[in-house]
Amino acid sequence: MKGSTLIKVASQSILKNKMRTLLTMLGIVIGVGAVIVMVAIGQGAQGQIQRQIDSLGTNLIVITPGASSSGGVSRGAQTYNRLSIADADKIRNESLYVNAVSPVVWTRTQAIGNGNNWRTSINGVSTDYPVIRNWDLQYGRFFDSSEVRAQRRLVILGHTVAENLFPGEDPTGRRIQIRNVPVEVIGVLEPKGQTASGSDQDDVILAPYTSVQTRLSGWSRIFQIMASTSTPAELPRAQEEITSIMRESHRLSEWEENDFTVRNQNDIADAAQSTTEVMTMLLAAIASISLLVGGIGIMNIMLVSVTERTREIGIRMAIGARGRDVMTQFLVESIVMSVIGGMLGVAIGFGAASLVAGATGWSTAISPETVAVALLFSAGVGIFFGFYPARKAAGLNPIDALRYE
Amino acid sequence: MSGPPTLSSRTTHADDLAAFRGGMNDNNVVMRTQGVCKVYSMGTTQVHALRGVDLTVHRGEMIAIVGASGSGKSTLMNIIGCLDYPTSGTYYLDGVQVEKMSKNALADIRNQKIGFVFQGFNLLARTSALENVELPLLYDRSGRKVNPRKAAREALERVGLGDRTDHDPNELSGGQQQRVAIARALVSSPAILLADEPTGNLDSQTSIEVLALFQELNRQGMTILVVTHERDIATCAQRIIELRDGYVIRDEAIRSRRDAIGELKVKPGPEALPTS
Ligand SMILES: Nc1ncnc2c1ncn2[C@@H]1O[C@H](COP(=O)(O)OP(=O)(O)O)[C@@H](O)[C@H]1O
Ligand SMILES: [Mg+2]
Repeated sequence: MKGSTLIKVASQSILKNKMRTLLTMLGIVIGVGAVIVMVAIGQGAQGQIQRQIDSLGTNLIVITPGASSSGGVSRGAQTYNRLSIADADKIRNESLYVNAVSPVVWTRTQAIGNGNNWRTSINGVSTDYPVIRNWDLQYGRFFDSSEVRAQRRLVILGHTVAENLFPGEDPTGRRIQIRNVPVEVIGVLEPKGQTASGSDQDDVILAPYTSVQTRLSGWSRIFQIMASTSTPAELPRAQEEITSIMRESHRLSEWEENDFTVRNQNDIADAAQSTTEVMTMLLAAIASISLLVGGIGIMNIMLVSVTERTREIGIRMAIGARGRDVMTQFLVESIVMSVIGGMLGVAIGFGAASLVAGATGWSTAISPETVAVALLFSAGVGIFFGFYPARKAAGLNPIDALRYE
Repeated sequence: MSGPPTLSSRTTHADDLAAFRGGMNDNNVVMRTQGVCKVYSMGTTQVHALRGVDLTVHRGEMIAIVGASGSGKSTLMNIIGCLDYPTSGTYYLDGVQVEKMSKNALADIRNQKIGFVFQGFNLLARTSALENVELPLLYDRSGRKVNPRKAAREALERVGLGDRTDHDPNELSGGQQQRVAIARALVSSPAILLADEPTGNLDSQTSIEVLALFQELNRQGMTILVVTHERDIATCAQRIIELRDGYVIRDEAIRSRRDAIGELKVKPGPEALPTS
C-alpha cells in the first residue's frame, strides 16, 4: 500500500470509532499534558532563580575567608579570617579587570525611627557597592568616599526597612537610632525582591563600612570583599588576577593553599540551578509515568481492537492484504492516535500551565524543545505500544480470522 | 488416494465435457487440483475434510458445488481461493503451482486472480459501498495502472448499484450487500470467481437476482464456482460437482440449465437486474 493510502485507511478506521479513539487518546493527552505542565513549572522556577541571581549583580565576584571546600583536601572552611581593608584596596589599585571593589561587614540589630522599631541587618560597604550590585536609589543619594573616610553616621535604607519605619513617605533627611547611635538617612534603595534562597534583599540598611566597624559592630575584620567586572567575559581572568593579588597580599608561599575563596556569579548560580534542574527532572519523571500509563492504555485498546476487528482483518487478508499491510495499518493507527493525543496534550498542557501560573503566582515556561520532545515521545509510545497488537493482527490466519465470530 | 469406486467414471464425464468445450487445451484450464487432501487436527482427533480431490476447471465454466453440510465444500473453496493450504496434493491456478507458495505470494494471488464472495457478505462496516469495492485495488502490488475510484464505480455499475455508491452496508438490503460483495470480487478482474453459499442469507427472490447476475457475468466470460446446498440454485450452473465426506462423488454437466435471467424477466422483483 502506498503511504498516502495507508494514512487514509488508518484515519478512516480511527474516525469510524470516535468513542474508542477518544478514550484511547485520553491517556496520551493526560500524560503529555502532565509532562508539559510539570516541565513548565520546573523551567519557570529555573527562570525565576536565574533572574534572582542576576539581581545580585550581573558580573559579581565574592571573596570570602577560608579555603574553598571543593577541590582537594580542605582544611575546613572556617580558617582564621585574614580578609582586610588592605586586601580590598590592593585589589582596587592593582586589578586591571575589576571595575568596582567593596569590603563588606555586617551586623544584625534594631533600628528605631519615626516611633517605629525594625530588626534588620546593617551592611557596611564602600561607595562602589551600588555599582557592584547594580542597585539604584529610589530616593536621596549614596555616601561618597570622603564620608567613608570620615566615618560619617549616614545610612541608606533598603525598601523594606523604609516601608516599616516610614510607611508611605520619603525618609531622606530623617534621623534614626541604631544601637543608640543616632544616624541620618540620606537615601532609599530601589526594591530588588527576594534572593534565590528566599531572603528579602530589601531588608537591609547600608552604611559606610568604616562607620559600621568603629561605631556599630566594633569589629575590625571584614567578612567579604565584593567586586565586579564590566563584562561577564572578564570574570574568569578577574578571578585569577584577584587570586594572585590576594596571595601576594597575604604573603602566601608557593606551597601554601589559599586562605580565601574567590567565587563568581555563575558558581553561585550553578549550585542553585542544579537544584531546580533536579526538581524539573523529578517532576518530568513523575509525569512520564502517566504518559507510560497512557501508552499501556493504547496497547490495551489496540489489543482489544485486534480481537474486535478480527473479521475486518480476515476480510482485508481475503482480498489480498499481506500480513505486513495489516501490521502497518495497525501501527499507523496507533501512531496517528498517539501523535494527535500528544498534540492535544500539548495544547492542554499550555492551558493548564497558565492556569497554574495564574492561581499560584509561580512563573511557568514552555520551551519549543519541551513540545518537540513531548510529541516525539508520544509517537514513540505509539510505535512501542502499537507494535505488539499490530504484530498479533498480522500473524492471524486469513481463514481463522474470517471465521471469527 | 482411495475413493468411491464410482469416482473414475464421473471424472471421465467431466473430461468429456471439457473435450466438448474445446479439447484439453491447457490454455483453457483455469485451475486443476490433484489429490488434494485436507486434514484438521483437533487435539488427538483428526478430521479428514477432503480426501483426494481431482478437479479441473476450464475458462468460462460455471460450476455448482453441492453436498450435505460438513461434506467439505467450504474447505475446498478456501483451498481453491488460496485462503488455506491443502494438507497434501497439488493445486495449479492460472498456470502456477500454488500450494507451496509463501503467505505473501498467496495474498497477492488472492488479490489478483481470485474474487471471493461469502455467505455473510463480509463487507467492512461503516464503510461506503465504493470504499468497500475499491479496497482490493488498494492492496494491488502488481503495478497495473488502474484508478481505484473509477474501477470501483464501474464494478458497482456492473452489478446494478451505480446509484448506491455512497451507502454504507447497513443502509443496503441483503441482496444489495451481496451485490456490493460481488462488485468487490470483480473489481480486480480475477481469473475465477468463487462464491461460498452466496444466497444462504437471502430470500428466494433475491437469490434469483444474485444468480441471474452470476449467469450474466458467466455469459460475459467469467469462470464461476458456486457452493450451494439448494438443488434449484445448482441447476443454474452448467456443471455440477457433488461432495460427500471429502470425496467427489459426482461431476457432470447439467442437462437442463435453469435460466435465472429469463425467470427474472418474466416476473421482475423489487430490484431490477442491471441491463448490461
Ligand atoms: N477449522 C476447522 N477445524 C476443524 N475441523 C473443521 C474446520 N473446518 C471445517 N472442519 C470440518 O471439516 C469438515 C468439512 O467442513 P466444511 O468444509 O465447512 O463443510 P461444508 O462447507 O460442506 O459444510 C466438517 O466435518 C467440519 O467439521
Ligand atoms: Mg460451508
